[in-house]
Amino acid sequence: MIAQFFQTVDLGIKSLLVQKMRAGLAALGIFIGTSTVIWLVAMGEGVSYRAQQQILELGAKNVIVRTKQPNEGSEEDASSRVKTYGLLRADYRRIVENIPNIRRAIPMRELKFELRLDDRTADTKLVGCTEEYLELNRLEIARGRWLANRDRGEKVIVLAAETARRLFPYENPIGRAIWVGSEFYTVIGQTKDRTASAAIGGSLDSRDYNLDAYIPIKTLRQRVGDLVMKRVGGGRGFNFVGEDVELSQITVEVNRIEEVDETAQIIETLLKKFHEEEDYAVVVPRELLRQAERTRTMFNVLLVVIAGISLLVGGIGIMNIMLATVTERTREIGVRRALGAARSDIIGQFLTETVVLTASGGLAGVLFGLSVGPIFRFIKQAVTAISPDALPPIVHQLEPRIALWSVLLSLGISLGVGVLFGVYPARKAAYLDPIEALRHE
Amino acid sequence: MDQYAFRVENLHRTYYMKGETVHALRGVSFDVRNGEYIAIMGPSGSGKSTLLNVLGCLDRPTQGKYLLAGQDVAQINDYQLSRIRGQRIGFVFQSYNLLQQLNVVENIKVPLQYQGLIGRDANAKCRELAELVGLGSRLYHRPTELSGGQQQRVAIARSLVNDPYFVLADEATGNLDSKTTEEVLDLFESLNQNGKTIVMITHEDEVAERAKRVIRLRDGMIESDELNR
Repeated sequence: MIAQFFQTVDLGIKSLLVQKMRAGLAALGIFIGTSTVIWLVAMGEGVSYRAQQQILELGAKNVIVRTKQPNEGSEEDASSRVKTYGLLRADYRRIVENIPNIRRAIPMRELKFELRLDDRTADTKLVGCTEEYLELNRLEIARGRWLANRDRGEKVIVLAAETARRLFPYENPIGRAIWVGSEFYTVIGQTKDRTASAAIGGSLDSRDYNLDAYIPIKTLRQRVGDLVMKRVGGGRGFNFVGEDVELSQITVEVNRIEEVDETAQIIETLLKKFHEEEDYAVVVPRELLRQAERTRTMFNVLLVVIAGISLLVGGIGIMNIMLATVTERTREIGVRRALGAARSDIIGQFLTETVVLTASGGLAGVLFGLSVGPIFRFIKQAVTAISPDALPPIVHQLEPRIALWSVLLSLGISLGVGVLFGVYPARKAAYLDPIEALRHE
Repeated sequence: MDQYAFRVENLHRTYYMKGETVHALRGVSFDVRNGEYIAIMGPSGSGKSTLLNVLGCLDRPTQGKYLLAGQDVAQINDYQLSRIRGQRIGFVFQSYNLLQQLNVVENIKVPLQYQGLIGRDANAKCRELAELVGLGSRLYHRPTELSGGQQQRVAIARSLVNDPYFVLADEATGNLDSKTTEEVLDLFESLNQNGKTIVMITHEDEVAERAKRVIRLRDGMIESDELNR
């Protein structure tokens, strides 16, 4: 039985090798189909893995309350020059005092600000924060130290990596003084490079930590204040608008992960009482994670459908080739029938040939698919070498992750396609009249 | 074993083509004993090809009996016919009909494969037969690398590999020049001398002359059935 099977496979390979070019082109369809499945799924998995990592960085036990600009409501709002909105320090107190199961709540205020030193400037995000901010965002200190309890209200500043590079291209910034607005601040530390994090709230931008500058939140409140004016438009006259925001974000950490959803609801209810407008958003990273999971599943279904279509097309190509082969080898079929081949033998022969064709295409496709990592890295490097800015940052961070199920599925489908699209040509061959077939030129 | 290789009784074969009825065979009866060498002759349209198809189990007679070693195979199904072709009949065709993708030994082996006979014994037997027909030095050549006469020798070796009840040769020398025709006919003769039953379908007198018995067909019936010499 086994010997016979190998004999049939051997015959199939030999017959296919008679028309190498044709067999190769037919298998190419399946090759592309299978490697597409694996490549696409690997890319999709890579993207969603990164998204999940980023969401996890936000903390699965956290509830993030962010200030957001309310929708432009009445005309009165639009005409007023200073907009007051967002989370209040009172909100922070209310959350801390009213919700018992929170481990800690960390307030934060951030605003765009220009730092200066001599003729060098840096457009940074000035972050007023507490000591916990470092740990909360998994930042690391490169040199100097982080903000401490004793710094509250002091004029000290910690620079992020890129900010430090802009202001101090050659020197060590620690101990130096820089201009923040109209006052000197002493640089006490510098953080390490940190890749961008997931977007939270409604914003699509991911949080980039590399152009930050950190000062104690108390200092920010006392010396910079809540109101920030900025110049808009051109022309003459008073073209300034202002934003009056007390807090940009409150990060609430609960004790146990199960309490996250409930706590988020309580916070929302609590805030609703004191805010007429929706000028805040409650973000639950855990919920984002679940959403990402759903998106990933949908994405995978889509990819499989696309790849399935390409395999279907490949299969039709295979069937076409096999039908041509049957016509071409009618004489051979007649001879084999005369020499004792039953119909089932002929079906077996042509079906084996088709499956060998698709399986070899599929196998090659799987091998090519499995090499997605190195190939993708190579392409990335090559493109970056030619033009450094050609690829968006997301591509640089993307690392394809091969999913085992996609490998098994694509291999299975390629075999299935072989059987499915091989049956008709094989049956056609088997049901030829042997007398006619022998006479066929 | 039966002393007859096969017997046919009152064979009829009728075709229906485009509303027209064609009586290709109208009652053909004859016996062939083991070890006989017969030639079946007849002009085109005499029913020669139809008889060949029936004898070769490629076609079923409309009516009549076809006893192969005592078993009536006139009305059996396609699968059984295939098995009988593979086990009891050796075909030799006018245009050799070797499989291009296989070498000499593999070509000879084809009928055995369909009976599940593969392995060392089968290979040894195929090599032996190749040597018997004088191709011992070309065991692994492809058909395209052989001359017409050599290809036909391979085909003859292939027809013998399943130890058939008889070898059915259809215009076996039709594509060969006179010299190779002689050689191939010599081969048939020596096979016959070693006890093989041979049925030769031909329209050439020189070929028929070499047989021991000649059956002539005309209009689907036997015109004459006589021994040579």
